[in-house]
Amino acid sequence: MAEHRLKPLTALGHDHPERVTIGPVTMTEVADVALASVTARMGRLPDVQGAAAAAGIPLPAPGHWQGGSPYGAFWLATESWMVEAPFASHEDIRALLLQVFGDAASITEQTDAWARFDVAGHHLHDLFERLCAVDLRAGQPGLATRTVIDHLGCYLILRDESLVSVIGPRSSAAVLFHALETAAHSVF
Amino acid sequence: MIIPHPILGPRDAQEFVYLGDAALIDRPDGLAPGAMDAFHDYLYLRDNPAGEHRELWYHEQGDRSWLVVTRNTVTHEITKVELARDVARTRGRSK
Amino acid sequence: MTANRIKGGLIDRTRSLRFQFDGTVYEGHPGDTLASALLANGVRLMGRSFKYHRPRGPISAGSEEPNALVELRAGARREPNTRATVVELFDGLTADSQNRWPSLRFDALAVNDRLSNFFAAGFYYKTFMWPAAFWEKLYEPIIRRAAGLGSLSRQDDPDSYDKGFVHCDLLVIGAGPAGLMAALTAGRGGARVILADEDFRMGGRLNAESFGIGGRSGAEWADKAVAELRSLPNVRLMPRCTVLGAMDHGIYAAVERVSDHLPEPLPGKPRQVLWRIYSRRAILAGGATERPIAFENNDRPGIMLAGALRAYANRWGVAVGRSAAVFTNNDDGLRTAADLEARGIPCRVIDSRKGEEVIDTSGRLGLTSITIRGPKGIQTIRCDALGVSGGWNPNVNITSHHRSRPVWNEAIAAFVPGRDGPQGLAAAGAAAGRLSTHGALESGAARAEEALVDLGFTAPKRSLPEAEDAPIAITPKWYVHGGTGRAWIDPQNDVTVKDVKLAHQENYVSVEHLKRYTTLGMATDQGKTGNVLGLAIMAELTGKPIPETGTTIYRPPYTPVAMGALGGRARGQEFKPRRLTPSHKWASEQGAVFVEVGYWLRSQWLPKPGETHWRESVDREVLTTRRSVGICDVTTLGKIDIQGTDAGAFLDKVYANTFSTLAVGKCRYGLMLREDGIVYDDGTTARLGPNEYVMTTTTANAVLVFRNLEFARQCLYPDMDVQLISTTEAWAQYSIAGPNARNLLQKIVDQDISDAALPYMGCKDVTVCGGLRARIFRISFSGELAYEIAVPTRYGDALIRELVAQGAEFDAVVYGTEALGVMRVEKGHVAGNELNGQSTALNMGLGKMVSRKKDSIGMVLAQRDGLTDPGGYRLVGVRPVDPARGLTAGSHFLEPGAAAVAANDLGWLTSVVHSPHLGHSIALGYLKGGEARQGQRLRAANLLAGTEVEVEIVSPHFFDPEGARLHG
Repeated sequence: MAEHRLKPLTALGHDHPERVTIGPVTMTEVADVALASVTARMGRLPDVQGAAAAAGIPLPAPGHWQGGSPYGAFWLATESWMVEAPFASHEDIRALLLQVFGDAASITEQTDAWARFDVAGHHLHDLFERLCAVDLRAGQPGLATRTVIDHLGCYLILRDESLVSVIGPRSSAAVLFHALETAAHSVF
Repeated sequence: MIIPHPILGPRDAQEFVYLGDAALIDRPDGLAPGAMDAFHDYLYLRDNPAGEHRELWYHEQGDRSWLVVTRNTVTHEITKVELARDVARTRGRSK
Repeated sequence: MTANRIKGGLIDRTRSLRFQFDGTVYEGHPGDTLASALLANGVRLMGRSFKYHRPRGPISAGSEEPNALVELRAGARREPNTRATVVELFDGLTADSQNRWPSLRFDALAVNDRLSNFFAAGFYYKTFMWPAAFWEKLYEPIIRRAAGLGSLSRQDDPDSYDKGFVHCDLLVIGAGPAGLMAALTAGRGGARVILADEDFRMGGRLNAESFGIGGRSGAEWADKAVAELRSLPNVRLMPRCTVLGAMDHGIYAAVERVSDHLPEPLPGKPRQVLWRIYSRRAILAGGATERPIAFENNDRPGIMLAGALRAYANRWGVAVGRSAAVFTNNDDGLRTAADLEARGIPCRVIDSRKGEEVIDTSGRLGLTSITIRGPKGIQTIRCDALGVSGGWNPNVNITSHHRSRPVWNEAIAAFVPGRDGPQGLAAAGAAAGRLSTHGALESGAARAEEALVDLGFTAPKRSLPEAEDAPIAITPKWYVHGGTGRAWIDPQNDVTVKDVKLAHQENYVSVEHLKRYTTLGMATDQGKTGNVLGLAIMAELTGKPIPETGTTIYRPPYTPVAMGALGGRARGQEFKPRRLTPSHKWASEQGAVFVEVGYWLRSQWLPKPGETHWRESVDREVLTTRRSVGICDVTTLGKIDIQGTDAGAFLDKVYANTFSTLAVGKCRYGLMLREDGIVYDDGTTARLGPNEYVMTTTTANAVLVFRNLEFARQCLYPDMDVQLISTTEAWAQYSIAGPNARNLLQKIVDQDISDAALPYMGCKDVTVCGGLRARIFRISFSGELAYEIAVPTRYGDALIRELVAQGAEFDAVVYGTEALGVMRVEKGHVAGNELNGQSTALNMGLGKMVSRKKDSIGMVLAQRDGLTDPGGYRLVGVRPVDPARGLTAGSHFLEPGAAAVAANDLGWLTSVVHSPHLGHSIALGYLKGGEARQGQRLRAANLLAGTEVEVEIVSPHFFDPEGARLHG
């Protein structure tokens, strides 16, 4: 990426990502992932699928996330996905994805629309049942769903049995992190 | 309530926003003759039955799909859920 | 050993717990409730009744308790109306009796008891009719003081409450024999089971009975069942958890008392959790509640339900009295006598089926004797405990939450659940009218097997333990006839047989009228013990059978819930989320004053040292911006990315004006209408590419506009190739306004932004500060040469610091929403006060923006006669004739000399600001026929504020009406 003189802040407003351990869970702010939404233009799904396959970009089924390197993705809506990639190499992710999809998809940079907190540890379902209506106990790794946590619309991704990403609105990052911390203190 | 989303399965109604009668899909043509009367009826004359009703719900805290939910307003029983986009197409809407 | 403690019971005698009641210290044991511990200490008197202040003790051993209500704990944690019968004893517990003065033993208001003839049903309605004005000031306060329950602490609740969400295949409500058997069956079958029980010890009546089950004591069998359930990973046990109500589609509300058995919650832990339980099937195994028989003076401490009397003996090792009696109309009551006798407490049986009945009692603060009438005549015997059994009412409560009416079952003389209860819910055990233990086990297993099969599981092989299967053998008896005194039905609300008779006499014979006229069942216990008695007596009086008389039904909650539990964490700072702008950190460091705009916190103004009044700060921000340059965080405006080959056509549908013709690299102000023709929102939309636009919305409407766009996209124009996504939070966006705006920005933007490179209403992708991708829009809300610059949000903090640093040479100022408001009024731009949900484009002077050449939302109905009246409201500018006079928002326009009445109202002032540029107050307003009134003098009167100012109607464009500055 181009050099410039502006220093970024994390969603919680610090120079470095926050990390807190409460009982058996560790919650970490994740700032090193670039995001973009990719939505097939009307009638262009085959083109999008072809381009994605060639570029190694997963396009998981509804309610799912699929990891990969460098690209992972989770389902947003019909023919619409959120694509993830490492921030360091893919900061201008829209430009990179435009090269992949051309005019077959509408692509929008979403990196800084969201704050992401990774919650790692055991008994995560005990924590999340105090936060949202997602049935995490029954969830299999790869589950990705939208839900509501303390009035905030969030995405919840079960990356593996001991790692859940909470992706919520960036402007309310502090509120969301507070909710996670409070629930963890309450449960553990 | 639980709304059985055609793509995402059962979802809590708290994730949705309610709009009302699915007849709102049948928006008249604003440039056609008699548009004023047609819009008056479209906007102000709506059914509010005690019983089965086709209603629009928006999955705002979900995949942002508009759904047509067939629901009994007395018992809350939901007998059918469709994507509003599909319904709109079957009712002749296009661009 | 305390006075009335006898052998046995499920308490831990190796440990003692000290507690206080009304200041006296007592001891109890783990496993005790407050009521059992007090009874063990010989304390029977625990409260006073609501109306007559009669001395009262517990009549039950569970959540149905109407009498033994206490204030639990002290200070901010004091909780009134707590049922002593369900309070789990802990060391250090304090409780006080309530509704008495000066003391429980001597209550001055017990005089009400002597005046009972004046306090019969309907008393308030009849007595305090006149004069009407006396009600609020005199009668009601007195009545409220005299009649009542506990008092609030009037302090903030120091505890926290959680909400939670759980999912299961089968929810089992109640952990008695039916519930345990249902949970075992479903658990063994592999279903995800939740077993919730309001008690702290699972087992239900098995803990309170002496008969065996499967060769063990009931409590041992329950323990074993619980142990097996605990070993199953697919079963979740939730003791201390009351299911409050059945919502739709298998959702149940429940409150778990996580910390109520502790002196106070552990740090960070909630006091209670309100659960939202998602179930595919549910079994109500909530048991049954015993009901009394009404007879004279049946409310003395020491008189209780027969099942409670033996529960205290069997479960808690407590003899309520040393010599007892049982008054029963069924065989279950006989069990109490047998159990007490077996424990060495002599117990006289008065069996109404044999023509015996209790006709009176005595004992001022507790039972000392009863008077019996039987075949052999009248006899008074000394006893200090009396158990009464009028039969058992299945706990149908939750089955009627969807308005299903319980149905009368003659065999047990009680209502059982109707067939049209909540879908997916089945009742088992006593709740279903199966009152024997075998019946409970069998029906619990059967309902669980049905649920398993329904859900696609295989039911395990049934194995039921041996258990009693005795019929209840009831011959209904509701009240003892022939008395002249009072016989209580609903002891908490002091409803007596006489009151029901009075209601009948005055023709309040429907059960709904009976309830409301007498207040039967309207107390905190909701008539769990008394309701059926009341309506059975009404049935007898009207000569109709009970099924014909009917019953009232129940609604949630099953038992009272703390308000805190319903609120959960949503209180104080956590009441709603907060959204912080990218400049928030910097603005906080500057001491900015913030204002809530929806969930957002925005800088309202940013005081400099020495400024003591907000106007000083705002005036400085406005004047500096107009003189040189000002910076404002406008991130909060909604931003929606709109792409697709039909994006332009789509915008033509949702905006009243045209966007498909907008050139790439250009912005346009857009006006969005509701379908009824009223203006909905406005904002600037930029065309970034042939198939790519970014729309801005007002801060307040961002979510609603997005929802409406999705409606239009999916429901109205389903084949348009257009895709939407919000980018509000993705970009930090600042407005840079003022004559030096370009000079400042050019120091930051890496590309040329001269007037030629970026003309008015132009937009482009640029880089800033040496290469960071950014967007720049040359648009203005202030009327100045202005730009908005957007960078990815993580760089927003750095950008505001950079702008301030680079702006130092221009004396740049950062301004807040107040200055923004002043400048937009000076420029005559509409905002929230004018976009009030009642105004059309025509009202706003923007009528020409509504294109009639295309079909856009709201276009047709905006042309309605009522909205196009030439004499209707029009946006005008307003200035005081005397510049020294201030204007008041909300003032109404009146002709000179016209009376200040609605008929003469010509409109109102929507927005008022002090214009530092003009040096006086200015306003925007809606004025009837406003266009034609320019130059007129009117009055602006505010009857609420008591102000009236002579004003001149002017153009709303107070500042630079030609727009020369915009194009500078």
